[in-house]
Amino acid sequence: MEFFAQHKTYDFMKVSRFFIATTLSLALLSIILFFAKGFEYGIDFSGGTIVQLKYEQKAPIDKIREDLSKDKMFSGALISEFGSPEEIQIRFASTSGGVSEDVGDKVRSILSDSGKFDVRKVDIVGPVVGSELRQKGIMAAVLSMLGIMVYVAVRFEWSFAVASIITLVHDVAITSGALILFHVEMSLDVLAAILTLIGYSINDTIIIYDRIREELKSTKDMELMHVINTSVSKTLSRTILTVLTVFFVVLTLYVFGGEIIHGFSFTMLLGVIIGCYSSIFISAPFLKVLGFSVEGYKAKLALKEKNKIEKEKMRSQYEKGTV
Amino acid sequence: MTRGKFNYRLVIFLIAIIFGVVMSIPTFLQSEKGAKVSLGLDLQGGLHMLLGVQTEEAIKSKMKSIASSIKFFAQSGDIIIDDFRIDEELLSFTLLDKDEEKKIDEMLKTVSGLQVSKEALHYTLSLSDQEKQVIREYALSQAVETIRNRLDQFGLSEPNVAKQGNDKILVELPGIKTADDEQRARELIAKAAHLQLMAVDEKRKDRTTTMSPTEAAQYGDVILPDARGDNIRHILKEIPILDGSMLTDAKVSFSEMHQPVINFTLNSEGAKIFGDFTASNIGNRLAIVLDNKVYSDPVIRERIGGGSGQISGGFSVKEAHDVAIALRSGALLAPVTLLEKRSIGPSLGADSIKASLIALITGFVLVSVFMLVYYRLAGVVANIALIVNLFLLIAIMALFGATLTLPGMAGIVLTIGMAVDANVIINERIRELLRQGMPMAQAIEHGYENAMSAILDSNITSIITSVLLYVYGTGPIKGFAISTAIGISVSMLTAILGTHGIYQFFMPRIEKSKNLSLWFGMKRSH
Repeated sequence: MEFFAQHKTYDFMKVSRFFIATTLSLALLSIILFFAKGFEYGIDFSGGTIVQLKYEQKAPIDKIREDLSKDKMFSGALISEFGSPEEIQIRFASTSGGVSEDVGDKVRSILSDSGKFDVRKVDIVGPVVGSELRQKGIMAAVLSMLGIMVYVAVRFEWSFAVASIITLVHDVAITSGALILFHVEMSLDVLAAILTLIGYSINDTIIIYDRIREELKSTKDMELMHVINTSVSKTLSRTILTVLTVFFVVLTLYVFGGEIIHGFSFTMLLGVIIGCYSSIFISAPFLKVLGFSVEGYKAKLALKEKNKIEKEKMRSQYEKGTV
Repeated sequence: MTRGKFNYRLVIFLIAIIFGVVMSIPTFLQSEKGAKVSLGLDLQGGLHMLLGVQTEEAIKSKMKSIASSIKFFAQSGDIIIDDFRIDEELLSFTLLDKDEEKKIDEMLKTVSGLQVSKEALHYTLSLSDQEKQVIREYALSQAVETIRNRLDQFGLSEPNVAKQGNDKILVELPGIKTADDEQRARELIAKAAHLQLMAVDEKRKDRTTTMSPTEAAQYGDVILPDARGDNIRHILKEIPILDGSMLTDAKVSFSEMHQPVINFTLNSEGAKIFGDFTASNIGNRLAIVLDNKVYSDPVIRERIGGGSGQISGGFSVKEAHDVAIALRSGALLAPVTLLEKRSIGPSLGADSIKASLIALITGFVLVSVFMLVYYRLAGVVANIALIVNLFLLIAIMALFGATLTLPGMAGIVLTIGMAVDANVIINERIRELLRQGMPMAQAIEHGYENAMSAILDSNITSIITSVLLYVYGTGPIKGFAISTAIGISVSMLTAILGTHGIYQFFMPRIEKSKNLSLWFGMKRSH
């Protein structure tokens, strides 16, 4: 089976100006949204307590609210359905510092006459741990971007590295913006998804860069626009197919993976699409914006080649004993 | 039929298959023997806690025990010291007789890390920063050791107790099934088990209900509640006669009233101090204090030699048993606080396993059907590599003794999608070359060659982020990082080397065949 018209070279550069302008401003908006509104941090980062219950029948949510409101500890607690009508999640900001006292026991005794239920999960995260996890998360995100930038710079060119980082920041910003808009809570899993995206969405970019590098070596065409158009067009099928396979599995995770990893799978789903889009329309065309010059690159290649030949010449002369 | 061609790639791939299948058997059967992937707390249920160790408390208690030994030294040498007090981390006293100065100085020199400043005969003692650091570190490692001992004696399977940073302890208890067990485990961990034998201040015993703690401190006393209830109070000499560090054993037995009691034994040094004290304090009372609660305060009738004592005080049998475990495994030098706790019930874990298995199987079926339909035989080859990848992933995780968490499962599902990427890249390259009219055999070789750099670069960037996720992630996230990192690394063996080997094996047939549609799923029009 084949999906793609193979001989055609699409003019990505023609539309890229428009796409770059639109989505980079979207990314900028997301960043503003991030500073203005910020993530809704889950208890992993803000600290707090979550108790999850599963009733044998439909959970009597009103009775649960009423019973819990009588206890000071649960004042301001958010009580909501979780995944199914039998399951309930109770969430509140306070945490207890003692090892031997337990919220689970407390909930069990307060709600003892609300029906038969099972305490499935109790998560308590103290404020110190929360802020530590947040710092570590930011560190991991920044370091992985830096790591990728350095790697791309070593394997390709500096302008490739800069363009790839702009693409990555763009992807992460828009994904984060969407998370804020859709009220997806920032949890450890969502953070893991974002970090995975950083590592994954660069893949398609690298496939395209790899092709550009190859084209640059063989082509006589000095026009960067043509080189980029050819490279993106030639790699289009593999870019979309590789994203498609990952999209399939992330979709199954989203549909079948259960409520607990919804945050993770939703973020991945979103990010995979944005990452694919940006690889095609931003990462390569942005080289043009950065003023990457084909002539300069070719001159550099030629110089390298010349140096190599010179060296070999020197060596052979040396071996012959003429120097 | 043309015979296949064996090549080194295929041989390595076959070895990898055997290795992967054999090494993953213990995991699939969850057998007792052999390295296997164990399920994380979030999948099998259990308790995860991050405890903070208040190491500063250990410094204070060290000062107290230094105070005890100075007092004992002074009493046994008939040296009179006055105005003896502890203020947090400072210890001060005044020596009455200048002739004794030398003796006291000699004694103080034997205490390591002690800084002594003197104004005439008024001594102020503190610990050096270096010594404080040693105490902090020791308090942490001692707490880890103690908690581990207690949990081992409690009889839980595979408790994991580990240091985290400078002042934290990670405790993981898989397989706790009931709320009752969890409660006992938590109490056992948190129990300071700090045993002190203290003298009752007989001079001020009439004022137990009226004296304020600040007034008590002026007399060098401390007010502690009774174990039966906070409304009963005791005025005790602040500096204990001896503490639990001199304890060698603690056992549960039953009193004449059939009440459980705890018998403890002291080491020789403790026994001597205890003997001397009781000999010189006949008629006075001695308080047995556990975790700052007075359990009993019997009157001393005679000198007690042999160094053994008893704690009684309305324990239930279970309680007495747990207290004895805690005493035996030693006191926590520094109290612990709860920083993070995650307890997952077994039913939730089972649901998570089910959900992620469904996602895994569905994801696998979707991807492999897609590859088969899109690439025909090349898809079959890629799918073989994918299956081997899964086996190898599990085998290597088992070898490392990795735990499988829910995010780890998500990582495996994701690996399925990412592992075939390499084959997509290679196959698309081959198709491109075939379209240019290159013979199939040659196109395959060139396809692999050309695709290599792109695959390597993209996989390495993924591994970079996995490593950072592992370094900066916690708990289950580490599991995710491990499974994706191993999955991607293994895919380079299976998806690149393995599939190449398979093509080379079939090369004689490929060379004869002109069927691009069958081998690479291309339209016949080319």
